[in-house]
Amino acid sequence: MNRLRLVFAILVGLLSLPSLAGGRITIAAAADLKFALEEILAEFRSANPGDVIETTYGSSGKFHTQIRQGAPFDMFFSADIEYPRLLAREGLAASAVQRYAVGRIVLWSISRDARRMTLADLADPAIRKIAIANPKHAPYGRRAEEALRAAGVWKQVESRLVVGENIAQAAQYVQTGNADAGLIALSLALNQELASKGSHVVIPETLHQPLEQGFIITRRAAGNPLAQRFGDFMGSPVARSILVRWGFSLSQEAAR
Amino acid sequence: MLSPADLAAIWLTLKLAGVTTVLLLLIGTPVAWWLARTPSWWKGPVGAVVALPIVLPPTVLGFYLLLLMGPEGVVGRLTTAAGIGLLPFSFAGLVVASVIYSMPFVVQPLQNAFEAIGDGPLEAAATLRASPLDAFFSVAVPLARPGFLTATILGFAHTVGEFGIVLMIGGNIPDKTRVVSVQIYDHVEAMEYGQAHWLAGAMVAFSFVVLLALYWLNPTGRRRT
Repeated sequence: MNRLRLVFAILVGLLSLPSLAGGRITIAAAADLKFALEEILAEFRSANPGDVIETTYGSSGKFHTQIRQGAPFDMFFSADIEYPRLLAREGLAASAVQRYAVGRIVLWSISRDARRMTLADLADPAIRKIAIANPKHAPYGRRAEEALRAAGVWKQVESRLVVGENIAQAAQYVQTGNADAGLIALSLALNQELASKGSHVVIPETLHQPLEQGFIITRRAAGNPLAQRFGDFMGSPVARSILVRWGFSLSQEAAR
Repeated sequence: MLSPADLAAIWLTLKLAGVTTVLLLLIGTPVAWWLARTPSWWKGPVGAVVALPIVLPPTVLGFYLLLLMGPEGVVGRLTTAAGIGLLPFSFAGLVVASVIYSMPFVVQPLQNAFEAIGDGPLEAAATLRASPLDAFFSVAVPLARPGFLTATILGFAHTVGEFGIVLMIGGNIPDKTRVVSVQIYDHVEAMEYGQAHWLAGAMVAFSFVVLLALYWLNPTGRRRT
């Protein structure tokens, strides 16, 4: 019984320690940011062990809708800078919209050597299913559609498209072998798990609008020092070098 | 108003629910009969397996189905060898998922109805030299009619209400896997609240009518009034 009480006391202590010592925020981030942001967070945490930062990943369009409806997110990292801009225009942001990176899309496949492919090769009906994110609300899906149209293969591939709820689900369709190829984020294709299974080729930026990514501190986190500090940290050399390593370019010029 | 894409989603949903219900009645009836009559030790485990979709999150079913029906999965290899191709992202794949997902909603009402019949009528049929099959069709089925009605309505309605599994293995393909629930989700995500309202409102009305029908047709409910 005493031992139980001790365990309980330790648990309570562990749970309350970080919140006593530092701040606590929740970040909603586009699915393409998953690996890069986790690494940036690891750096930030080792320098600020008292702070608690929770993350949730999904499609940028969904988070935009949820934040408009009062979702408890303190920061919003969007794969399309338009969404945070919209929120800022509606008075839902407590910071300026910060552009943190430009994303790239890649053609990724497990069953074929994507390094020798172009979008035109997708016209081949032997490629039965092609995964993209939902162009209706996922920025990477929208850019994928633009690229397929610009490459002149949209008509040929349209009936073979399978649409993921966000870019991570599109990747998962290819990863499980259910789709033969996918147009996904470079930042996901560089992940060890995906890179070891398949190969990718970066889609020329001339084929689609740039994937400008931006973040805001939301209105509910106005005056939250941790959100402010983490926002500043995103501009630090450490964070920026991690972003570059995960395939994000820091300005459009740098990407070319 | 409803767009052509919305109407296509409604039609697809009705088609999916219809095909699933017919298949479920064909598969579920013998299963329910066996569960109702067997003295076997296996009754418990089989009943539990049938009931699993009630408690499992759709993500669990979706995850396993995606792996099983994929090219590396057992089912995927079978369907590929049989020349059907892969099931995810196809109407057939959704039917398979829906049959599993809605199974308990068909089997359990049928099992209850069969159990309520008891041994008497069937023994009487046997003394009249009816074969077991004859007794089943001319005695058990007519007596279990309310059970069949409930099973049909619940199986159909539950399939119409499916969302999580479809999102995971459907791939959101118009006329194949983009059912009403997914279409509503897309409307909301794209902030097309007007269109979302039309479809969502229709779903509420549909579900209310279904439950009302169940209440009125339910024999225990009738006896009480």
